[in-house]
Amino acid sequence: MTELHALLLRAARFEIGRRRSTFPQLGGADLDDLAWQSADDALISVLRRLGDFRGDSRFTTWAAKFATVEAGVKVRKHAWRGREILLPETSWPTVADDAPTPHQLAEARDLLAAVREEIDQQLTTRQRQVFVAITLNNVPIDVLAERLNTTRGALYKTLHDARRRLRAALADRGMDTMGRVP
Amino acid sequence: MTGQERGDLGREFMRMLGPAGPELGCDECFDQLDAYVELELTDVKADLAMPAMCAHLMGCSACRDDHDSLLAFVRTDPGKGA
Repeated sequence: MTELHALLLRAARFEIGRRRSTFPQLGGADLDDLAWQSADDALISVLRRLGDFRGDSRFTTWAAKFATVEAGVKVRKHAWRGREILLPETSWPTVADDAPTPHQLAEARDLLAAVREEIDQQLTTRQRQVFVAITLNNVPIDVLAERLNTTRGALYKTLHDARRRLRAALADRGMDTMGRVP
Repeated sequence: MTGQERGDLGREFMRMLGPAGPELGCDECFDQLDAYVELELTDVKADLAMPAMCAHLMGCSACRDDHDSLLAFVRTDPGKGA
């Protein structure tokens, strides 16, 4: 048990260390506290789900994922603590401005304009909120799930359905959603 | 237009509109993440062996982060401890 916790703590510290530069507002003591909390929570999850281990990977890899995922979720939530998520507001990507050729610029602008129209026309209010928050405003899906009192899996299903509607609508317009020139 | 330029633009729209083919959900992705990562550490083409997993990792940035983290950890800490 001690060795298992040590593995989980190494994995949690590794994950938090990877993300440290992304979240400079987190201090060293906060980060190590998060690592310990992540390892403790991961240990509980590992013990609860031991029966799910089928040997598709080494046990250490299977167990470590609980710690890296738990640590990642905790860091994202910590970094977004106190930040308001304005669901109706949209930060549109600047992909069109980044396009390297005039033809590509025009094509990207057309596609973005079509996406904006179809978001309004095809998506439900809930789908629009989730799609905009995750794909355009870069709100982490687990942070959004916590704010909306739902699960990551349920939100991804909503996002998946929204994307499918948008793809179908864009295809009906004859648009190539992969950004390729016809 | 070069292939690289098409690729950059394609990735932007892929991030927005997600993969077109069948994909796993987040819970299934978590369940299979360890097996997928270990496949990537072998000569097996993980994306061909588990295409629905690969599609989900392209469409879900949080699961992709989780994947990148586990892969990096396993590479640096190959099974010591438990």
